[in-house]
Amino acid sequence: MSTTSVLGGIVRRREDPALVRGKGRYVDDVKFPGELAVAFVRSPFAHARITSIDTSAAAAMDGVHAVYTIDDVRHLGPVPAQVPIGTLRPLLADGTVHHVGEAVAMVVADDRYVAQDAAELVVVDYDPLPAVVDLEEALRDEVQAHEGKSNVLLTWHGQDWWPGVTDELVDPKPQIEEAKAREDTVVVSLRMTNQRLLPTMIEPRVTVANWNGGYGAFEIWSATQIPHALAGAIGKIFGLPSNKVRVVAPEVGGGFGAKLNIYPEDILCAFASQQLERPVRFVETRREAAVATIQGRGWVGTATLVGTRDGKILGYELEAICDMGAYSHNFTVAIPALGLFVAPGQYDIPTHYELHCVVTNLPTTDAYRGAGRPEAAYYLERIIDHYARTIGMDPAEVRKRNFWPPDAFPVTTSVGLTMDSGDYARNLDALLEWADYEGMKRRRDEARAEGRLVGVGLGTYVEVCGFGPSALAGLGFSWSEYGMPSAFNGSGVVRVNPDGTCTVIIGTGPSGQGHETTWSQIVAEELGIELDAIEVLHGDTAESPFGVGTFGSRSLAVDGTAAFEAASRVRAKAAKIAAHLLEAAPEDIRFADGGAHVAGSPDKAVTWGEIATSAYQPHTLPEGMEGGLEATAVFSPPNATWPFGAHLAMVEVDPDTGNVEILEYWAMDDCGNVVNPMIVAGQIHGGIAQGIGQAMFEHAVYDEDGNLLSAALMDYPMPTAGDLPSFKLNRTTTPTDVNPLGVKGIGEAGTIGSAQTIVNAVVDALAPLGIEHVDMPLRPRAVWEAIQKARG
Amino acid sequence: MKISVTVNGTRYERDVEPRTLLVHFLREDLGLTGTHVGCDTSYCGACTVLVDGRSVKSCTFLAVAADGAEITTVEGLAADGELHPVQEGFWERHGLQCGFCTPGMIMSSVALLEENPSPSEAEIRHALEGNLCRCTGYHNIVLAVQYAAAKLRGEQPPPADWEEVGA
Repeated sequence: MSTTSVLGGIVRRREDPALVRGKGRYVDDVKFPGELAVAFVRSPFAHARITSIDTSAAAAMDGVHAVYTIDDVRHLGPVPAQVPIGTLRPLLADGTVHHVGEAVAMVVADDRYVAQDAAELVVVDYDPLPAVVDLEEALRDEVQAHEGKSNVLLTWHGQDWWPGVTDELVDPKPQIEEAKAREDTVVVSLRMTNQRLLPTMIEPRVTVANWNGGYGAFEIWSATQIPHALAGAIGKIFGLPSNKVRVVAPEVGGGFGAKLNIYPEDILCAFASQQLERPVRFVETRREAAVATIQGRGWVGTATLVGTRDGKILGYELEAICDMGAYSHNFTVAIPALGLFVAPGQYDIPTHYELHCVVTNLPTTDAYRGAGRPEAAYYLERIIDHYARTIGMDPAEVRKRNFWPPDAFPVTTSVGLTMDSGDYARNLDALLEWADYEGMKRRRDEARAEGRLVGVGLGTYVEVCGFGPSALAGLGFSWSEYGMPSAFNGSGVVRVNPDGTCTVIIGTGPSGQGHETTWSQIVAEELGIELDAIEVLHGDTAESPFGVGTFGSRSLAVDGTAAFEAASRVRAKAAKIAAHLLEAAPEDIRFADGGAHVAGSPDKAVTWGEIATSAYQPHTLPEGMEGGLEATAVFSPPNATWPFGAHLAMVEVDPDTGNVEILEYWAMDDCGNVVNPMIVAGQIHGGIAQGIGQAMFEHAVYDEDGNLLSAALMDYPMPTAGDLPSFKLNRTTTPTDVNPLGVKGIGEAGTIGSAQTIVNAVVDALAPLGIEHVDMPLRPRAVWEAIQKARG
Repeated sequence: MKISVTVNGTRYERDVEPRTLLVHFLREDLGLTGTHVGCDTSYCGACTVLVDGRSVKSCTFLAVAADGAEITTVEGLAADGELHPVQEGFWERHGLQCGFCTPGMIMSSVALLEENPSPSEAEIRHALEGNLCRCTGYHNIVLAVQYAAAKLRGEQPPPADWEEVGA
């Protein structure tokens, strides 16, 4: 099945031989001599004053090396954040706990069993305070999640903070109000919840910090999406230069945004290691992951749409309350803004957002796959469906009447951002024809005639990703607290070694996305070198150029492009060396099949080994040429990228149980050029599964006191193999010119496109009963209750 | 307590604390880190191993309960450097992304195919309900098991549906 080459070809993953043998190296597989383990004492209250902490019994236990509270670490400051709006998290609770699971004390012991035993002996007295859990209550601000501080951090409705936004933007609000007041328009409105989710990567968080007092340096192994940021933060907190902190993120067992944060446990392990001069390891338990790792989504809002009776949308508004949780982490308040960036979706419609970011006594929310964009796509695509049903028009037709036409690009949307490319009608038409939309609707109608509840649902999306633009960091996203330059660049090194093999070094690291294979394909194509001659190193700050991190579907568009550009520079130098060796002109040199030849004379050829040998023996090089054969490239993207797509589902609801079965799922995505179609398909499969997980199963449920009722996987039903169908995937290709590869990003697209597709299909199935909306997750009971209510 | 177990064909005699979990014994006493811990409640299945031929979640199984047993972990599947057909299927069909659930997923698949050499898609999905994957959406895991099943039956595996895509 696999091809040897390369760009656009299916290549089996180079990561897999180790991983399928159980030889992959994850953080918890790498041990240091003399390691200690930690366990945390965590708050059972969502909001309480700490009246006393007694650590004496724990500290006296055999095998316990230290028990720390905030008094030991207050001088280190809070956990750094990129968008430092709101209360930053103290390393350990400082006088008051603000959510269940907040760490109060840390025990360091010989092993995890002893550490857990000792943690049980720490006695903490609490004086409970009222907890803020409900979002509307939070917005009223009568009870405060942090005493003396407003719950409302800010309201996003701005248009004026993205690079290149002009002052000429028209405020859409008066246009929308005018359209609503007209007699010939229809106004539809739905209040909808986008529930809280647990990221649930299968590898929980894990960090081991190793301070070496002799060298005055840290070596930290951590399952992180941002190794350079962790190194920078540790350096800043402990007063060390960046080259005295090495962070290694080896294999990372899933991230989905949850590992895109520095956590207190990372910093506390470093602190304890420095204090005790021993390596110190934190391995998160699944139950801890449910309360101490960031969570996703958590919006409740009302979407309103105004349009004519013949399907022309004249305005769209969303007013929502967004749950930030108790403390602000890396991006927390910026996540809803990512939704605002794509608020109008694929449509040329006046759009107005008001997103109130409120603090609650619940764990922090931050980036979870899609991060703001699934929320935005959900509200928009649900209300468009509702509008289509209200005016009696096919939902595909309504969408087509309001798309940006392909010849309008680049377009500046109603919220002030410029999308470089898109061809939405072609994409949707391709989906409808391929999936036989008309036939699907016919089959639905036939099933309905038999009394079955079958529905067809459509959803489209546009995603902003590939972050970039480089200057984004100057507009509220600052990496300065991580001791990093504030720019969203990519960087890569390509080195041809003396034996003609090639090493690619990237400053970021994957958490399952197949970067080793993809970067190899890009470099192999550019150099005409065999894939097997390429080795990719990643996720190690000591050896790599500076990398921002793996998130926001940015790696290929930004770091992959840097690898490409570095390879191009190596190729240019190699062409000169080959020309010298072959006594030809550099412009006549062609690279293929593991070497270089003169155009038109395939027998006048040298191998990469011969070129490299010459490169490392400068006396054999052309006069004045420097030795060596490597290049570093930094790529600064001028814009984000804007993938898009359309998804279609057919479902059946069991009226007696409320159970939803997905009969068919079709997706037509457009992520620009594709490097490896197999990896792209895998990203879409997983993305869709996470969107379906939100639509049908997952919900972080809290009681009124802020206790998580779904902390164990038994109570938090992320989809199993038996819950999901196989997916039918296809794609259109609309390249971007934001980067030389024409690639956009695919990591989050499936998630952004799927939840509303499922809910639209289920609501379509229930429409004959007069049901207009059911909130996610569409578990059997919720659907059954909606049916009972509709039937009176 | 003293226990004696055979793991991947090698016999080990060890003294373990009675509360030691089998997964910790495998990972930390024997250094077999291919078996992963994803939860601590037998739910995610990342820690699945074969104990006397039956799939067992080693995070809720005491090492002392394995006394006298024959255990196979993911490291014990490949023979003479050749991947087991299930391992090959996961590689060929892109049945893994981050790879963390993969060892457990592979062991459950091996157990399934030993019981049922020709499972339907529904049977594969049902058999793997005790193994969670957050990356793949299970689509390619099903293809991987189908690939392995065909290989084990001596048949040509069916092609993957994503090999011919592009509107």
